[in-house]
Amino acid sequence: MADLLPLLQTAAELGLISSLTVLALFLSYSMLNVCDLSTDGCFTLGAAVGAVVAISGHPYLSILAAMGAGMLSGLVTGFLQTKLGINSLLSGIAVNTALYSVNIAVMGGSSLLNMNKTETVFTRMEAHLAATPLAGSQKLCVAVIAVLAVGTLLALFLRTRLGLAIRASGDNPDMVRSSSIDPAKTTLIGLCLSGSVTALSGCLLAQAQKSVNIDIGSGMVTVALASLLIGGAFFGKRRRMPLRICGAVLGALLFRLVYTAALRFRLPAFMLKFVAAAIVVLTIALPYVKAQLPLIRRRFAQRKEAGDAEA
Amino acid sequence: MLKLEHVCKVFDAGTANKRTALDDISLEVKKGEFMTLIGANGAGKSTLFNAVCGSFMTDSGRILLGGEDITLQPEYKRAFHIGRLFQDPLRGTAPNMTIEENLALAAGHGTWLSRIGRAERRRFRERLAELDMGLEDRLDEPVGLLSGGQRQALTLLMATIDPPKLLLLDEHTAALDPAAAEKILSMTKKVVSENALTCLMITHDMQSALDLGSRTLMLDRGRIIYDVSGEERKHLTVPDLLEKFKAASGRAMNNDRMLLV
Repeated sequence: MADLLPLLQTAAELGLISSLTVLALFLSYSMLNVCDLSTDGCFTLGAAVGAVVAISGHPYLSILAAMGAGMLSGLVTGFLQTKLGINSLLSGIAVNTALYSVNIAVMGGSSLLNMNKTETVFTRMEAHLAATPLAGSQKLCVAVIAVLAVGTLLALFLRTRLGLAIRASGDNPDMVRSSSIDPAKTTLIGLCLSGSVTALSGCLLAQAQKSVNIDIGSGMVTVALASLLIGGAFFGKRRRMPLRICGAVLGALLFRLVYTAALRFRLPAFMLKFVAAAIVVLTIALPYVKAQLPLIRRRFAQRKEAGDAEA
Repeated sequence: MLKLEHVCKVFDAGTANKRTALDDISLEVKKGEFMTLIGANGAGKSTLFNAVCGSFMTDSGRILLGGEDITLQPEYKRAFHIGRLFQDPLRGTAPNMTIEENLALAAGHGTWLSRIGRAERRRFRERLAELDMGLEDRLDEPVGLLSGGQRQALTLLMATIDPPKLLLLDEHTAALDPAAAEKILSMTKKVVSENALTCLMITHDMQSALDLGSRTLMLDRGRIIYDVSGEERKHLTVPDLLEKFKAASGRAMNNDRMLLV
């Protein structure tokens, strides 16, 4: 039992940090109805930019720099799809591929950066917490603060006129246009915001691990989507917005928890991404298959009847 | 109020499917005029609306609204002055958003970061109550739960809550059941006369094309073949209209939805 607690704490830390990416996807995927495939690259971009700025001695600035970089990446993805007529999936893939080069360039040509002796937001928080009962749980504290801040701002934002316009752009772009709002603009803004949050997520993960690897974000979009869908199972479309946002965070935590449990049962660590992909496929496919079931049953019955008649 | 000068639109130019949708259309609609549009399938009625709204750019000609040249304006900018209803009641509203949220977007007040205020909420409730459909007590329900008639009534309210310079109705009651259609039509008449709106309405019902409004336009193959108002229109009957069509186009009216009685 005693060794379970640190395990749970690590799961909570990682779950909360990745829940930021889930919130970003909540905005782009659930609200704007755009599946932003540049998420992986954007996550790594945030990690790389954050690490480089932190290594140069600015731990707080690293957060802002990472978010700015993510915003820029979202801007490019959005520009490709709204102004240049490139399909939204394709523009995401293109930006994601380009970001691989950009990220290596940001890391000065190497694919690995070490932050063992670097001052980060986590070391700063550790110093703040040193004499308090929370000493040693700086990772959890930073993650909780970040998730609370982003979640609250997102909930407030989605109630503003711009937030409503972004939601409507994913729901019925015709209606947005007839309300004298340019859906291209709202899509662009939505993708910028979600990019900045994705990058924040990457930046925090890198600083928590004290290192960046060029592969830190690979498969992130599937993992986050799986979490989002798990969250949606608890607090679905018909729920109020703040609850749905909580659901997204809850989904990320649950995903990590299940994953941690699986590791305890000796599932090898490299299976994480397979599990994520399976969850995404199952959650989306199950309702469809379920709807097909009566038809399949009747076909079977018919075939059996025909077989009986022949016999 | 609305002026079209030699507006042309050809689809698929340079291919075997070349189709002249609007053939040198010139038209002037006065402020406060209520005009009905009739014509056979593919006559260019909806295309004319699309040209005015900016759903596509015309090939040549000018479009003026309230004296302002809107020929090259994007669709969303024109929408500031133009309200439009489609046959499909699902097109005008966002189904996963609540009635209140839909109205808030359409009403268009405040800055980007402003939220729905109490005064606005009260205004929505009052206007919804006027529809007499009980929608005023369902502000927080998603629009997707409403019936077709209710959604079309809401769309009408959204299009006219800030009275537009021009209201375009594209067979907006055709997809509704007779009772709902009747209700939407009487709401339309009320809102148009109360706000003295300039209004163009496409209809497949020849009788109501003559009963409603003050002017009737007949289109065929992208051209205006008959434009009637005033004294002449008062004495016009549906058989007269069919005769006019035959005389102008050289063939009988064919429209799969046309009501001839």
